[in-house]
Amino acid sequence: MNSVLLAHRKLTNIVMLTLTGVCTALVLGILFFILGYITYNGFAALDWDFFTKLPKPVGETGGGMANAIVGSAKLLLLASLIGVPIGFLGGVYLSEYGRKNTAGFLIRYAADILNGIPSIVMGIFAYTIVVLPMGHFSTVAGGVALGIMMIPIAVRSSEEFLKLVPASIREAGLALGLAEWKVVSFIVVPTAFRGIVTGIMLDLARVAGETAPLMFTAFSNRFWSHGWLEPIASLPVMIYTYAITPYEDWHRQAWAAGLVLLMLVLGANILSRLILHRQLKG
Amino acid sequence: MAMFRRPGVSPADRLFRATVLTVALSVLAITGIIAFELLRNSRLPIQKFGWSFLWGTTWDPIKEQFGSLPFLYGTLVSSIIALLIAVPVGLGVAIFLSELAPRKVSDPIAFLVELLAAIPSVIYGLVGIFVLVPWIRNSLEPALSGTLGFLPLFRGAPYGVGMLTAGLVLAMMVVPFIVSVSREILMAVPLSQREAILSLGATQWEMVRIAVLPYARSGIMGSIFLALARALGETMAVTMVIGNRPEIKLSLFEPGYTMAAVIANEFTEATSDLYLQALIEIGLVLFAVTILVNALARLLIYEVFTKVEVRE
Repeated sequence: MNSVLLAHRKLTNIVMLTLTGVCTALVLGILFFILGYITYNGFAALDWDFFTKLPKPVGETGGGMANAIVGSAKLLLLASLIGVPIGFLGGVYLSEYGRKNTAGFLIRYAADILNGIPSIVMGIFAYTIVVLPMGHFSTVAGGVALGIMMIPIAVRSSEEFLKLVPASIREAGLALGLAEWKVVSFIVVPTAFRGIVTGIMLDLARVAGETAPLMFTAFSNRFWSHGWLEPIASLPVMIYTYAITPYEDWHRQAWAAGLVLLMLVLGANILSRLILHRQLKG
Repeated sequence: MAMFRRPGVSPADRLFRATVLTVALSVLAITGIIAFELLRNSRLPIQKFGWSFLWGTTWDPIKEQFGSLPFLYGTLVSSIIALLIAVPVGLGVAIFLSELAPRKVSDPIAFLVELLAAIPSVIYGLVGIFVLVPWIRNSLEPALSGTLGFLPLFRGAPYGVGMLTAGLVLAMMVVPFIVSVSREILMAVPLSQREAILSLGATQWEMVRIAVLPYARSGIMGSIFLALARALGETMAVTMVIGNRPEIKLSLFEPGYTMAAVIANEFTEATSDLYLQALIEIGLVLFAVTILVNALARLLIYEVFTKVEVRE
């Protein structure tokens, strides 16, 4: 009886532990399948025209997404102009003045809430504050949507890296008679600079793949978008619009765009995580 | 006197402090303004339909009848399917990474799993449309209706697009959240907890089941709520595979619609103010729900880490 029970316990042990391994293999399998599938289809579809030409009208094959590549870059630039200063200075406040007070707690909480808001809702927000007053879709509206989405992560990652700077370094500066703002600006921030920059890179990689907040802010454009007040194309929105059409050649280009977007996003991710990993260790 | 001036109270310092405080408070302000703008821009349907907006089942833009129940239902059901798949799998991975794999293996795998979370939603949609939908239509749905067809959940024509497909795509997308948070939490469970039960002769699985998982329970619940919040608000991938039909059907094979998907699809087509504002009100509901779920998640996760700190 006892030995039967023991055998049963041992069997359960082996089965359950194996299952956890199976789960891990499954999840890794999904990752590699997605990467492999996109790479396979994307490479077959990628050509020079993709990077240099404008989209062709429906029915004609060929053409590219040059305008969407430039569009994504312009949108990310605008987003950084909004997200980086607010995020960085907010992080400075939280780490230098707001570690234990009520304001710090509230701001941290607000950043977490902001981070959890679905991206489509951010799109609605940018629509109500930029598109409605202006009366039309624009690059600025898309930049605002992405910029606000950048804020929470920029705040929290800047805060974390500033907090890693030892208190003794701050005290050394203060002991030399430096003013507080000089200690923060010239000693604390430069020490944490690399971490802050990689944090922002991760943040950019995240919003670079966002589609939902752009669909009714930046909208899309089959031509070059001049200035900042016209609707503009972007890679994620192009992937979406091309994928849901019935045209074979547009599907091909959606794969190509998917590959380019995935390489940019994952490349930035892997690079910044490697840098962070080395910094946290060293 | 000036010699004894404390750092931190000079005019330059005050200015610096005020500047960073103002910027930091703007984070708080933006969050408030988002709530306010959503509310302000959905006043027409709120006045016209009141609470019945939430349980009305007719969504008819032409007759200007707006009830959002089909979208609430679709969002909830697709997220539940996602969690039913992602929670056991994600927990399995987290247990493997924290209890079985040595650190040298565990860290790189955790890194790879987090990459899964970095893949843009529209890419999941792309793979969903061209790989998952045909596979589900030709293999999974016929197999399910063949074996489990006695349940009303698995009946009907295999469309490929529908609730089940959306749930599967969502499961892939939220698994990394469950893995990374649960792994952290399992690794925070004190060693003494494990050693105590091992010394009583427990097997490794019994140790996980009796000593580790219950200790980490609220944190794991937190990771599940975090994943739920993601699933509820997920837009692109779901829009591309759920079929986009505002109906409530019991069968999981049938096309459905979610809150995020209806906003994405119909926002630029909304011709009247009432129509547009009805969509914004759906956004408001989505906003409120995700904030609640997120807040709950953070409370639960926070609880575990403070418990661990106190015990150690």
